[in-house]
Amino acid sequence: MGKKIGKQTVRLSKGVPILSTAATVGPKEAEGPLGAYFDKKVEDALFGQDTWEQAESFFVQENMALAVQKAGLKMKDMDYILCGDLLNQCTGSCFGIKNFEIPYFGLFGACSTMGEAMSLGAMLIDGGFAGHVLTGASSHFCAAEKQFRFPLPLGTQRPPTSTWTVTGDGAAVLAGKGEGPKIVEITTGKIVDMGVTDANNMGAAMAPAAAALLLAHFEDTGRMPQDYDVIATGDLGTIGRELVVELLSKEGYEMDSRFTDCGIEIFDAEKQDTHAGGSGCACSAVTFCGYFYPKLKTGEIGRMLFIPTGALMSPTSSQQGQPIPGIAHGLVIEGCGKGAAK
Amino acid sequence: MQTTQKAQQEYDKMVKKASPNSPIFTNCLKAFVSGGLICAGGQLLLNLFLDRNFTENEAALCVSITLIGISAVLTALGLYEKLGKFCGAGTIVPITGFANSVVSPAIEFKKEGMVFGMAAKMFLVAGPVIVYGTLTSMLVGLIYFLIGR
Repeated sequence: MGKKIGKQTVRLSKGVPILSTAATVGPKEAEGPLGAYFDKKVEDALFGQDTWEQAESFFVQENMALAVQKAGLKMKDMDYILCGDLLNQCTGSCFGIKNFEIPYFGLFGACSTMGEAMSLGAMLIDGGFAGHVLTGASSHFCAAEKQFRFPLPLGTQRPPTSTWTVTGDGAAVLAGKGEGPKIVEITTGKIVDMGVTDANNMGAAMAPAAAALLLAHFEDTGRMPQDYDVIATGDLGTIGRELVVELLSKEGYEMDSRFTDCGIEIFDAEKQDTHAGGSGCACSAVTFCGYFYPKLKTGEIGRMLFIPTGALMSPTSSQQGQPIPGIAHGLVIEGCGKGAAK
Repeated sequence: MQTTQKAQQEYDKMVKKASPNSPIFTNCLKAFVSGGLICAGGQLLLNLFLDRNFTENEAALCVSITLIGISAVLTALGLYEKLGKFCGAGTIVPITGFANSVVSPAIEFKKEGMVFGMAAKMFLVAGPVIVYGTLTSMLVGLIYFLIGR
């Protein structure tokens, strides 16, 4: 257990480089403030397919292939694929990658799936079980609405606490050797249930899990929030972020403007009418792959703590009055160049 | 992170403080005006039908059919959701909202087939309204039968 530091954190024996990333998004994301950063922008949310679900799988298929291509590799070079999504039984992922013929672990961590995939992928490589691992996560606004809320053409109002599911797929190629920002530490989250039952306030449901993860991470590593250039949670939105700041302040940690949230970055809440922010597996996945990764690569970000967050619920559990437990997965990623590894 | 009942109650207070409420006043105002406009439109239609020598019953039926038709077409064109977002209860409460709630799942679940998709899911939203609407009218009828005559 030489690699384990503290209760929830592991330090990889040597950092696992992220060779490449790719982000494919739908039209609303393309119009957002990060639009220019994404590799591929799809004009029609159906992506030329017959159904929303098939469209999501096509996002997965196209974007995963793009990530591998950007790494200068072939799909057959991949030893494993680790990915997941929000659809029932994770069909978004498995139908997307079935023709690749690569050993596959399907993951579900709700919207924290990208963190789970990258964590496990890095561990597989660090353990010597794989040379290349393709990781990813996807979601689709229309498919998620259909499964979790109401049919799209229904004329309803969304409460101000609600978030907007991101349409797209983010994928990253991890490798045993090569150049790229390195995953150096992984803090795996525990499920935290604070009794929130409002499915229209996911940020509030997940904030305690994100705060718990940050606390565990700081305790395990002995670092402070200020030791990171960027701390980015997955899809807490404005309300969730505010709650994390408050929860951590009670524990004696002051978070500043370096703490952001992918759900806040990806949409312009005012102009795009997304209320509390973006959400969904793709929210953290495309924001990391499209926006943060290039900054890590150029060394503009020296050290980042990336924390995809997830709300572990289903329409059934929600209708039965069960609370919404949250989870968060943390990864420390060090950039290339002189900003790296202080 | 403590998840005791006390911690949960404290957190609940924090959440309530941090979460903005829906703008109830503007929502009510929009609903009042838009719902009123739909009803005024219905009255206009009723007068038109009455002018064309329909009986009162026939005219009322024609108004319902026309409003349902308009709502269904607007739903299919993707316009009703935009209206609904702005008007809220104003477009939900009149019969147009009922039509929208039947047509929208029918469109959304058509991909799962005409039987188990469209037909089975068509009353996903409107079903409870029909069930409890029928039950309530029976109850009212019963009360009327016993004491109202």
